[in-house]
Amino acid sequence: MTDTTAPCILRFPDQQAAQRRAVPADLDRAIGALQQKPAPKTPAPAASDSFTPIGPVRPIWRAARAAAPSEGAGRAGVAAGAVAPHGPATERDALSRRIVSLHLTDFAMARWLRLATARQDAPPDDLPVVLAVEGPHGPVVTATNRAAALAGLHKSGRVVDMRALCPDLRVAQADPAGDRAALTKLMLWTRRWCPWTAVDGPDGIVLDTTGSDHLWGGESALLRDIEGTLSTLGFASTLAIAPTHGAAWALARYGPVRSIATPATLAALTAPLPARALRLDADTVLLLQRLGLKSVGDIAAVPRLSLARRFTHAALSQNPLARLDQLQGRLPEPVSASAEPPRFAVQARLAEPVQDPVPHLPALCAELCAGLAAAGFGARRVTVTIYRTDGEVSTVTAATARASRDPFHLCRLFDDKIDRIDPGFGFELITLVATGTEDMVQVQTRLDGQADDGAALAQLIDRLTARLGPQAVRSPVTYPSHIPERAEGWAPAIGLAPTLVKDRAATRPLRLFDHPEEIHVLYAVPEGPPAQFVWRRVTYRITRFAGPERIAPEWWNDRPGTRLRDYYRIEDQSARRFWIYRDGVWGDERGETPRWFVHGVFG
Amino acid sequence: MVMTADPTLSELFSETGVDGAVTGFVCAQLTGLAVSGKPVLWVQDRVSLRESGRPCLAGLPPGLRIVHVQVNRAVDVLWAMEEGLHCSGLCAVLGEVWGDPPALDFTATKRLAIRAEAREIPALLIRRAANADLSAARMRWRLASLPARTDPDDMRAPGAPLWRADLFRARGRTPGQWVARHDADGLTLSHQVHRNDSPTQGLATA
Repeated sequence: MTDTTAPCILRFPDQQAAQRRAVPADLDRAIGALQQKPAPKTPAPAASDSFTPIGPVRPIWRAARAAAPSEGAGRAGVAAGAVAPHGPATERDALSRRIVSLHLTDFAMARWLRLATARQDAPPDDLPVVLAVEGPHGPVVTATNRAAALAGLHKSGRVVDMRALCPDLRVAQADPAGDRAALTKLMLWTRRWCPWTAVDGPDGIVLDTTGSDHLWGGESALLRDIEGTLSTLGFASTLAIAPTHGAAWALARYGPVRSIATPATLAALTAPLPARALRLDADTVLLLQRLGLKSVGDIAAVPRLSLARRFTHAALSQNPLARLDQLQGRLPEPVSASAEPPRFAVQARLAEPVQDPVPHLPALCAELCAGLAAAGFGARRVTVTIYRTDGEVSTVTAATARASRDPFHLCRLFDDKIDRIDPGFGFELITLVATGTEDMVQVQTRLDGQADDGAALAQLIDRLTARLGPQAVRSPVTYPSHIPERAEGWAPAIGLAPTLVKDRAATRPLRLFDHPEEIHVLYAVPEGPPAQFVWRRVTYRITRFAGPERIAPEWWNDRPGTRLRDYYRIEDQSARRFWIYRDGVWGDERGETPRWFVHGVFG
Repeated sequence: MVMTADPTLSELFSETGVDGAVTGFVCAQLTGLAVSGKPVLWVQDRVSLRESGRPCLAGLPPGLRIVHVQVNRAVDVLWAMEEGLHCSGLCAVLGEVWGDPPALDFTATKRLAIRAEAREIPALLIRRAANADLSAARMRWRLASLPARTDPDDMRAPGAPLWRADLFRARGRTPGQWVARHDADGLTLSHQVHRNDSPTQGLATA
């Protein structure tokens, strides 16, 4: 069977066409069941939209790689417009993508060793170490180090069995959640190579490098760069690049080192891979093995109809035909990156790690604003990201009250915040991304050429907010309520125009206390204000008063039992004027003696 | 004499921490500026906010828009005021500082005064529980409440407020004492004011 694998693979379209001619009705049903890719003349719009996260209508531009080392710090230039050298992106051909699958072969163990080294607890290299999690019948091995693998220990074996094989085994607790979090961070860190990356299983990362590889000098140079950079972090990896996610996954794990599959060589490269390279679960692989289908080429040689009949209702991980279609590009499988890739981003690649990002910010801001101006956009939120040499990412974000592309202004927003960035042992890559953008038309509001006041005010609010925080700079907002403290609230001034009060029906004080302060009163009469009260250890004697103004509780907002308030405007013997109220009245059966509060100060 | 806020730094001292006279005096000055449609930057430090309250929107002069900044330290009040004086989109900058912080020295007030004069934006610095130490403010007021006018509709009730305004240091004008009130025109200073609307009844003198 294996001898005839390659010819079979090369012939499979003919076989398929023959089948299609032979029994068209059956095949149509199988096609429907298998969700085969529609004919290229009438592509389903939803499928093609979901398949291609980047298209010609939404250009993305990233900074190009520093061309010459003589540029010193390696300032990166901006390349406007998406450049996809591999095939026309407009057709959205399924095989036009370039997907890198990255398999971290011993991620959990490498991470554990790194933590152990930091704890001064690293075992010697020749001591077998395994990581284990609790299973239903005792701990189960999830990762082994090199010495343990040489001693014959393997994953998914029980620790007691492994210890029988190797008595001086050291068992450590595995941390799957921590591994997952670390892998997510590493996934974000790999965005230094391309904007779309996603976590792929417990030990893999998938990168959509379509149009990015030329920035690194080609695909083989890109793969070498990724592998070398990860190995300096201490992570061994195998990786491959292919037109589809499935093919890249299979080649990275079971193919040759750093294999590069093009649409022409895809079938020949994937044919000799074992059946489990199709991302099938163990039972299905066993079933295929019993059927005699041991390699991808064997499965591809089987007529589609037979496979479709056998696996029609199987889930994706148990369906060899669907997995084969994913590998060969008949079923779309886009890289679903976790966050929207930034449309406006610039980066500076430094010649050597530095600690201070401040000197690089003005040039980055100028570059970003030039790009924004060219596209007619303004930034509402900008983020500085530094990629540290130890594999960490640190970000600082500043927001603007309205769209801006003034480089000096954007740079000033980071003045007080950039100290909060943690440079670690240094970083060699800074990215400035406009994470929030808005349309911004260039208008001239005044004839004398001066800037309009709204822009100046928005910039002031930005600066104040950047330094003091959004909760410190606020504008009043009014609400439909007649409870004084509820009638007006304060909202962050960023993204809010200052409002003004429409109606001034009642007399209100100039100042209100956030929390009404209780006063101790001397009763003269049950009705009316007190003759004298003590507030903040000072005695006030009331000479004149106006009121009461009765404000009833809002039954639709307040808890049952809330008492009404009788407000008095009073003047004391030193002519100070306050706004006091009595919480409830005598005999309202909602509590004891009504208490008195100071709520505001009049002018 | 109708008075609006001069485009320079003025310091206003309050007799007591809770006296509303300073706020009333300042708001009367801002009434004329509010017609420009520009907002006022109102900066308060934490103690001022707790001791004397937060501006109440419904009680402020109509048409006055504010951007409120709440900070912890006096240094940040001065920084925010300076930032505000850089901005041409404001009609006035108002700061409230409690006590005598070391940051508020002669240099700081001089910076504020020079910036306010360069940009022609009034800067008003309200100080409570403070001593009138060395300062570069061009006008320094000391304010206290006077018994209000009688409400024409209710003889027992306080009516339009009156304040005693003591200009104890000024550049380019003569210091003096006035009775201040908030009229339709804005802040009006006079030497004698009738407490009642009919001039035959009692008289309050400054």
